[in-house]
Amino acid sequence: MVEEEGFQRYLAHVILWIGIAIVAFPVYLALVASTQDNAVIANGQMSLLPGGHFLQTYYQTLFVGTSGSTREPVLHMMLNSLIMALLIAVGKIAISIISAYAIVYFRFPFRMAIFWIIFITLMLPVEVRIYPTYKIVADLHLLDSYAGLSLPLIASATATLLFRQFFMTVPDELLEASRIDGAGPFRFFWDTLLPLSRTNMAALFVILFILGWNQYLWPLLITTRDDMQTIQVGIRKMITTTDALTEWPIVMATALLAMLPPVFVVVVMQKLFVRGLVETEK
Amino acid sequence: MANVTLRSVRKTYPGGFEAIKGVDVDVGDGQFCVLVGPSGCGKSTLLRMVAGLETITGGEIDIGGRVVNQVEPADRDIAMVFQNYALYPHMSVYNNMAYGLRNRGMAEAEIKTRVEEAARVLELSPMLERKPRQLSGGQRQRVAMGRAIVRQPKVFLFDEPLSNLDAKLRIAMRVEIRKLQRRLNTTSIYVTHDQLEAMTLADILVVMNGGQVEQIGNPLEIYQKPATTFVASFIGAPPMNLMPLRADELKSQITGADGAGIVGIRPEDFVISSETGSGGVALGLTVEAIEHVGAETFVYGSRQREEQGVAANPGELPPGEVIVRVPGVSGPAIGERIRAVAPRDKLHLYTADGRKRVGE
Repeated sequence: MVEEEGFQRYLAHVILWIGIAIVAFPVYLALVASTQDNAVIANGQMSLLPGGHFLQTYYQTLFVGTSGSTREPVLHMMLNSLIMALLIAVGKIAISIISAYAIVYFRFPFRMAIFWIIFITLMLPVEVRIYPTYKIVADLHLLDSYAGLSLPLIASATATLLFRQFFMTVPDELLEASRIDGAGPFRFFWDTLLPLSRTNMAALFVILFILGWNQYLWPLLITTRDDMQTIQVGIRKMITTTDALTEWPIVMATALLAMLPPVFVVVVMQKLFVRGLVETEK
Repeated sequence: MANVTLRSVRKTYPGGFEAIKGVDVDVGDGQFCVLVGPSGCGKSTLLRMVAGLETITGGEIDIGGRVVNQVEPADRDIAMVFQNYALYPHMSVYNNMAYGLRNRGMAEAEIKTRVEEAARVLELSPMLERKPRQLSGGQRQRVAMGRAIVRQPKVFLFDEPLSNLDAKLRIAMRVEIRKLQRRLNTTSIYVTHDQLEAMTLADILVVMNGGQVEQIGNPLEIYQKPATTFVASFIGAPPMNLMPLRADELKSQITGADGAGIVGIRPEDFVISSETGSGGVALGLTVEAIEHVGAETFVYGSRQREEQGVAANPGELPPGEVIVRVPGVSGPAIGERIRAVAPRDKLHLYTADGRKRVGE
C-alpha cells in the first residue's frame, strides 16, 4: 500500500466521500420520504429533513398495507420473500453439492456428458426458459405456492461448478483414509466433505439468498393471490395506481424494508463469505 | 498378527500400461518389509493394492491366510500412513484417531482408552484437542501414526511417511517407527525411495524397478551381494562404481572374469596404494573432485585414457569416472594422480546386460 502525502490523501478521501454520498443519498431520501405526509410529497414540497410520521408510516406498512392497489401488509410480503429466498438458497446448495459430489467422486456411465449438460444450463437463465417453465409449473398445480416460487430456480449450474472445483482440490488421500477408516460414500460426504465445504456453503448462501430475495419476474408471473406476493412484486404494485394517489411514504418504507434482510445476511456472514471466496481450507 | 503373501500380482491400467508385472513377496508375521525403488517403479501402486485402494488385475494378495483381492480396504484389517498424512483437517487430533474406531461401532470408553494410550506412546497427549493445522510436520506425522496404531490392525502400510519431514526429524522418526513396530510386533510394509531408510528399517528388503522385483532379501545380504547392476547402483550411497569389461587391460587384471561384462566396486572397497591388484583391480586415476563429509572423504577420479578402453555405451555411468572412499579427512589433492586398488574378493562381476552375477 502506498502512503500518499498531504493533499493527495485528502483528495482520495474527498472522492470516496463523494462516492458514498452518491450511493447513500437516494437511500436517505427514501428514509426521509417515508417519514413525511403523503400530501406534502405529492405537492412536490418535500423537505430534506425527516418528518414526523415515522411510526405511523412503518406501522401501516408492516401491518396494514396500502389502502389501494395491494392491501397486503408488507410484513407478510417479507415473509413470503424470506421463505422463497431461503428455499432457493438452501435448495440450490443442497442440490448442487450432491450433484458435484456425484460428478467428482463416482465413476458412472456418461459422467462427463452429464457434467456438460449441467454446464450448458448456465446459458439458460430463468428468463430464457420462462414459458416452458411456467407451463410445467402450471401443469403441476404449483401456481401461487412456495414450491412454485422456488423449485424452478433451485437447479443451479454455477453452484455445482463451484463445489466441483472445490472438491477437486480436496486431496484424494482423504477419501482413501476414510475408506480405510471404514467410512462409506455417505459417511465420507457427511463427516469430511460437508465440514470442509462450510465456508464455501456460507459464501454461496449469501449470494444465493440475495439472488432469491431480488427475484422479480418469476414471482410476478406465477403469483396472482395477494397473500403469496413477494416484496419486490409488492413494491411495483404499490406504485401503479389508477384512480388514487400513490402512497409514497409507504412505498419508500417498503423499499427500505426490502433492503434490510440482504444487508443483515451480508453483515452476519461477511467473515465466512470473504473466507469462502478467498481461502481454501485444507 | 498376520503374514502377507503376494502371489504373481499384476496391475495393468485400462490404457494397457503394465505398472506391476508379476510380483511375488512373502512377508512373515511381525516382519518389517520395505519396498524400495526409483520413482515410477510401482512400489506405491503395489502398496495401494495391498491396501485395497487399487484393484488387482492378476494374481493374489493374501493377508493372514485370507485372499483379499475382492475385500474392501476397511475390511482388510490394515492401517495406512500416507505421505501427506491425510489427516481430517476439521477434526481434532483425538477425533482423527477415534474416527475409524467409531465407524466400527466401538464403545466410546474403549476408544478413549486406546486413543489415550496411543497419544501417550507418541507423546501427543497435550495436543489431543488441537486441529491438525495447529501442529508441526513431525506432530502431524505422529498423529497419522496414532491413527494407524489405535486400530490394532494386522498390517501397517506406510507410503513414504517421512518424505515431507526435514532431514533431522526424518532420522528421529525413522528410529521411532522401528522401535514402535518392534514393540507392537505388527507386520509392516513400508514404501520409500530413500535407500538409507530402506537399509535401516527393513527385515526384508524388496528392490523394485520397472514394475518388477529386482531382488528380495535381508538388507545386508543385498548390499553385499546385489543380484543385478540396478540393485548394485541403487543400494549404497555413493553408488557402486560399475565399469564395462571389454577386451581391455581392466579385464585382464581380474582373475576368473570369464563371461563377465561389467565389474562393480563399492567406493569403500578401494584402497589408495601403489601395489598392483594381484587378481583384483588397480586403477590409475586423476583426482577431479573431493567431497569432505567429515568422517570420510569421497574422491572423484577419472580413469586414464589407456584404461578407459572403448568408449562406454550411452546410458552407462559417466565413462571412466570412479568414486573412491577414503576414511577421515586425509586424501589426495585435486589434480593429483593416484592408484586405487580393490582386492579380488571385493569385486562384483555381472554379465554384460547386468542381470546376473558371475564368477562365484
